[in-house]
Order: sequence, then structure tokens, then C-alpha cells
Amino acid sequence: MLLWQNIPMFLVVGSLASAAVCSVLPNRIARAWLVCAAGTACAASAFFLGKMLGYEGGSYVYKMGEFGAPYGNELLCGVMEAAVALLFTTVLFLSVLGGWRKGKQDVDGVRRNLFCTVTLLLQAALIAMTYTNDMFTGYVFIEITTIAACALICVKSRGRTMFAATRYMIMNLIGSGLFLFGLCMLYCLTGHLLFPQMKEAVAELAQTGRYDVPLFTSLVLITFGIGIKSGLYPFHTWIPNAYANATPSASAMLSSLVSKTYIFLLLKAISRVFGQETFSLVGDVLFVFSMLGIVMGSVEALFEHNVRRMIAWSSVAQIGYIFLAASLGTRAGAAAAVFHILAHSLAKSMLFLSVDRLVTVSGGKSDFRDLRGAGSRAPLAGAAFAVGAMSIVGIPMLGGFSSKMFLAQAALELAEWKCVLMLCVLAVSVVLNVAYFLRTVLTLYRDPLPRMENVQGQPAGYAFCTAMVALIALNITLGVAGGTVMDWIQTGVMLL
Amino acid sequence: MGKNDGFASWLEKGSQSLDLEMQDALREPEEIAQQEREMDLEDELAPRRRPKLRALEAARRGSKGTVFRRLYCVLAVLMCMGLIVFMVFSVSMMPEFGDPDTLEHSELSSFYVRNTIRDSGAANIICGIILDYRGFDTLGESHVLFIAVCTVMLLLRSPNDGEASELDAADLEEHRCEVRNDPILQIIARFVVPVIFLFGVYVVLNGHLSPGGGFSGGAILGGGMLLYLFAYGYRRTERFMTLRTFRIVSCCALVSYSALKCYHFYTGVNEIESIFTRGVYGTLFSGGMLPLLDIAVGCVVACTMYAFFTLFRKGDF
Repeated sequence: MLLWQNIPMFLVVGSLASAAVCSVLPNRIARAWLVCAAGTACAASAFFLGKMLGYEGGSYVYKMGEFGAPYGNELLCGVMEAAVALLFTTVLFLSVLGGWRKGKQDVDGVRRNLFCTVTLLLQAALIAMTYTNDMFTGYVFIEITTIAACALICVKSRGRTMFAATRYMIMNLIGSGLFLFGLCMLYCLTGHLLFPQMKEAVAELAQTGRYDVPLFTSLVLITFGIGIKSGLYPFHTWIPNAYANATPSASAMLSSLVSKTYIFLLLKAISRVFGQETFSLVGDVLFVFSMLGIVMGSVEALFEHNVRRMIAWSSVAQIGYIFLAASLGTRAGAAAAVFHILAHSLAKSMLFLSVDRLVTVSGGKSDFRDLRGAGSRAPLAGAAFAVGAMSIVGIPMLGGFSSKMFLAQAALELAEWKCVLMLCVLAVSVVLNVAYFLRTVLTLYRDPLPRMENVQGQPAGYAFCTAMVALIALNITLGVAGGTVMDWIQTGVMLL
Repeated sequence: MGKNDGFASWLEKGSQSLDLEMQDALREPEEIAQQEREMDLEDELAPRRRPKLRALEAARRGSKGTVFRRLYCVLAVLMCMGLIVFMVFSVSMMPEFGDPDTLEHSELSSFYVRNTIRDSGAANIICGIILDYRGFDTLGESHVLFIAVCTVMLLLRSPNDGEASELDAADLEEHRCEVRNDPILQIIARFVVPVIFLFGVYVVLNGHLSPGGGFSGGAILGGGMLLYLFAYGYRRTERFMTLRTFRIVSCCALVSYSALKCYHFYTGVNEIESIFTRGVYGTLFSGGMLPLLDIAVGCVVACTMYAFFTLFRKGDF
């Protein structure tokens, strides 16, 4: 095995170790350590993706230790995994940078190095869940992600964060519990924990038909456990409070990373273990829920005046898109889901970071009607918000457009009524998205009210500007080079 | 009052946003009349209540929340019952426990039973499985403990750390009085604590030979430290266990754990000869790096046990 092929393992173990080191560092150094570690992870992921693109096999299995399947743990490193890991590390790095100044106000002195520690542990968990080829490893890192997410919400000790964190924790633990229960049942039935061996066993069971009911139950538990954890529509009630009240870095990470890794794991489980036929019934239920989510999330966002909560509601709708694509069970659907994960992560993290700056320059008021003229008081944040909003709406040249196109393409493969239904919902949701995002963007660039003209917060700082510029550039890159990225994803999905 | 207000307004907000139309549809006229009657009754019972408060209460009662909440409770119970029936039914269809024909018993278990000693050199098969075959999961699991402590610290530590305020002084006084210098406890602890520590160390060190290992041994050590704390109070335990010690010990343990595991993964996958040899079966220095991993896990678990208790007790070490 070549040296560069060890990078995923080094990334996971290195992030864990750097988190442990971070916990003993004083605050100032801890921050620098976090930025260095996240930046290194980001650079290493980019390097690994570059190497992977030149790798002939397309993917390889990395044994964790000397024992391969089915006895030990494994990672599966492919182009798709590398691309998703690169996205996760990049967004984490930029979220930390972009929200740092605000984070300093929100996070008390004693908590700052713990915040850094938790963020690094989250990074390790994200990378591990992306690469893992083992169901139980997935669960272990789901645990780390859940606790890290709770900590990130309540790291800001003011306002309603405690309440939001409690709610978040209850819902997420229910989700974890269901997932674990489903996993245990699946292990009892198949006798394996690694994806490929599980898949063989599941195929064998489906043929004999002896344990159909428990198999179905385990699939339901795993799917809806993950659904609850990532905010699928009827289980979404924790989203608005959690995302709207946390510190901006945390909101960005929660909305664009935490819920997305769960779905990525679910996608792997669906396509690498269960297969399309076993999944079809659960897929239909998921299809209905996610379409409800798309419409209801957008409607709620339309009636919401608090701009942070509005973005959070928009997340409900976007999660709906991802689950919609995943629920199809086809390869095109899985690829569209992964692409939407990428597009939405980039856009949503940018929205959460920029909106905080816009609120700051408007005197701390978060009603969108109070943001009049904020776009001219904070030009970069205004531009970032506009780009993010346009990407989510689906304007060409931005990530969101490509992802909606791929979603519609995936719909064309379906049965007729399903296809028409899905396209209709997509169309309705685009209109709703335009309605609530356009009014906000327009408000940003209207003439400010006289009482607001003199409101100036402290300067945004270089870190914020760098993060915003990088995120805008990444959104446009993803939009322009959507086809290339989709090719990477499709090679990954083909291997499933 | 502030908190309650926040909660009530949140509940209303939540119920409104959840399903406005449904509530309106469900608000039968009789029910509304009933509600109004109830309100009247209440007004008669408490006629001297301040008008403002009364108006507030009326608004709250008349809000759409009530019907919805009742319906919500009923539906929640029904759904839970349904879920329970569904789960019990599917569990009853599962393969029998211990049935040799199922897939569960086909391959993995017999492989582990036959080959763990050969592969890892550990007499305790469980230890071989969790620290060697599936070492990556256990690495993650140890960090779950670590992040749990970090989160508890994040929640409970007082923000004005290091600044001796009046509150801190009062706290300190309280802690001084907390331990009653109970002679029975102290005398028993004097004899029992060393034994517990010794046993904990024994369990940790023999993790690869006998039942136990880092997790259980660490829990015994942590329990011993807590007993010492109960008997002698914070001032005595602070001589060897402060926040600083905790942080350094757990950091060193986790970093060395990660480093060892990293070396293990690297040598394993690249088929390089590891410097940790399996040794003579059944002796203390056998099983490669397993004893070292056990020690690291033991340190983390012991510190975590102690930290949880002290953090919840006074929010700090």
C-alpha cells in the first residue's frame, strides 16, 4: 500500500489525537491549533482527492489493522468518499473561520478550548463516517457527532440555547436508539457488520424469505432513526430552535455537516446493504414524507420573519430534497442526493455565517424587515447571502441549480405518476423558495431606514472575509463544474 | 417566571406552527363552549384575581394549544403502543437465541473463538476482539467518553473561572462543611480504598488475560477515588486529582492510545513487522500492545468517572 493511501486513517486518528491535545491548551493557542488542524485536514483531503482521481482502480479497501473482512474494521476509499470528505473538512474549516469573531462573544473564556476540542472531535467523526465500510463504526461515530452537536448548540450559554439543545438531544437520542436497535437486529440476522458481507447475507435472506419481517423492521428503524436525526419532515421540530439560536459557526456546522453525514451513511446503508428491491416500500413512505417536508418547510419559511429561523426552515425543505432523492433507491437518485448534500452544505453554511454579520450591522435585530440596507452596510456579507440564496433557489451557474437538475433527471427514470408528482413538487418548492429568499435579498438592498444609518458593528475581520470569499468561490465552482463533480460521484455510486 | 413564560410561549408557538389548520378544524363548537364554561367557573372561584393576569390566563387557555395538546398526548400514546406492538412482533420473528443454524453463528463467532489467541496473543478473547480485530470501534468509543466529559464541563463549569468571587468563597465554605469527618467511613475507607485501587490496577493490567480490561478496571479505580472523596473530602483529593491532573492524564492517555492504534493500523495494513510481539501466551507481557491500550483506556475511564461526579457536584474540580 502506498503512503498516500493511508491518508484517511491518518486523518481520523490525527483529528482524534489533536482533539485530545487541544483540551489541555490555553484558549489562544487552542484556537490557533484548531485552525491549523482543520486547515491541515482540508489540505490533506484535497491532496487525497487529487491522488484518488489519478488512481486506476477507482476505489480500494483499507483494513484497519492486519485483519481484513469480515473480521476487522475497514474503510472504503473511493473518489466519491474523497470528494465528500473534502467538502466536509472545507466547510468545517470555513465555518470555524467565518464565525470566530462572533464566537468569541458567544463563548465564555473557560469554554473556548472545549469548543475547539469538540469541533475537532466532530471533524474526526465526519471523516470516519464518510469513509467507513462498517455499520458499527458508523454508529460509534454517530454517537460522537450527536454529543458534539449538542455541545456546539449549548456552547453559547445565553438565550434559548439550553432549551434548544435539550430538545435536540432528546430527538437525536431517539434517532440513535432506533438506529442502534435496527443495527442489532440486522447483525442478529446477517452475522456481519461490514457492508459487503451484510449485503450478501441480506440477499440470501431475501431469497429464502424466512426473516422478512425482522429484516423489514431493521430497515425501517435504520431509515427513520437517521430520518429523525437529520430532521426529516414530521420529525423536524428541533431544527428551527437549534439552528437559529446557536452561535454562527455552530449553526453552519450543524446545518451543513452534522445532518448531512447521517444521510450519507444512510445512503451507503441503502445502496451497499439493502438494495433497491428491499428498500422500495420504505422508500415510498420516505418519498411521501420528504415531499411533505419540501412543501411544508418552504411554507413555514414563508411565514417566518426571523431571518435565522427562516434559513433553518429552509433547511427542513432542503433535507426533504436529499431524502427525496435518496428515497428513489436508484443510482441516479443516490448520486443526486450526494450532489445535493454538497451543494446545500456550501450554500447553507454561507447563509448562516453571512446572516449573522447582516444582523450585527442592523443593530442585532433578526427580523428580516429590519435588515433594510444591510447589504450596503456589509457588502461582502450581503453578496454572500445573495449568492447563497440564489444557489438554494436554483439560479444557473450555482451549485443549487445543478443539484436540482440532477434531481429532476433522476425523477425522469421513475414511473409516470411518481415522476409527475415529483416534478410538480420541485416546481412548487422553487416558487416558494424564490418567494421567501427574494424578499429577504431585496430587503437587504433597499434604502435603509433613517434610524439604522449609523449602526456599525465592529469590522468583520479578515477571517470572516476569507471564509466568505472562499465560500462564494466554491459555490460558483460547484455550479460551473457540476458535471465533473457529478462524474466523481457517479463513479462512486456505480461501485455501490 | 421568566423561564416559564419562555416555555409557554414556545409551546404555543410550536403548536401554532405545527398545525394551525388542523387545530381549527378540530375545535368543535361544543368544546369551545365547554372551555368558556370552565373559564367562567374559574373566574367565579377566584374573583379577586388581578384583571391583567386574568386576561393573560384567558388568552392562554383560549389559545389553540389546549385541544392540540390533548390530541397530541392521545396520538403520542397510540403511536408508541403501535410501535411497541410492531417491534415485539418483529422480535418474535427473529432467529432463536443460540440457534446454531442462523447466519449469526456461521462464521464470525467460530473464527474469533478459534483464532483470537493465535492472532492477538490475548488469553481473554473479548479483549482480543475489542482492542485488536475491532480496535477502530473501541478507539471511537473511548473518545465518546472523552467528548461526554468535555460536554459536561462545557455545561457545568462556571464562566468566571479563576476569579475568586463572593460566590466562590461561599462555595468553598460549603465544600469544607460538606464532609462530616465521619469516622466510620474514614476508617473503613482507609482499609478498603487501597484494596480497591490494587484490584483496579490488577484488572486493568490483566485485561488481556482475564475478564475485565480497561473499561471495567477503570471503573473500579474511579469508584475507589470516589470512595476516598466521600471519606476525606475535596481538600485531600485535590492533592492528587485536580482539573489540571485530569486534563493532562486523559490527554496523555488518549494521545498515546491514538498513536499506538495508528501504529497498529499502519503496520497491519502495510504488512510491516510490528515492534510489539505477541510474547509468551498467558504471561503479563504478552498480547503485543494490548496491555498498553488497556492502561490507556483504564486511565480515561477512571478520570471520566471521577470527573462526572465532581462536575455535577460543584461544577468544577
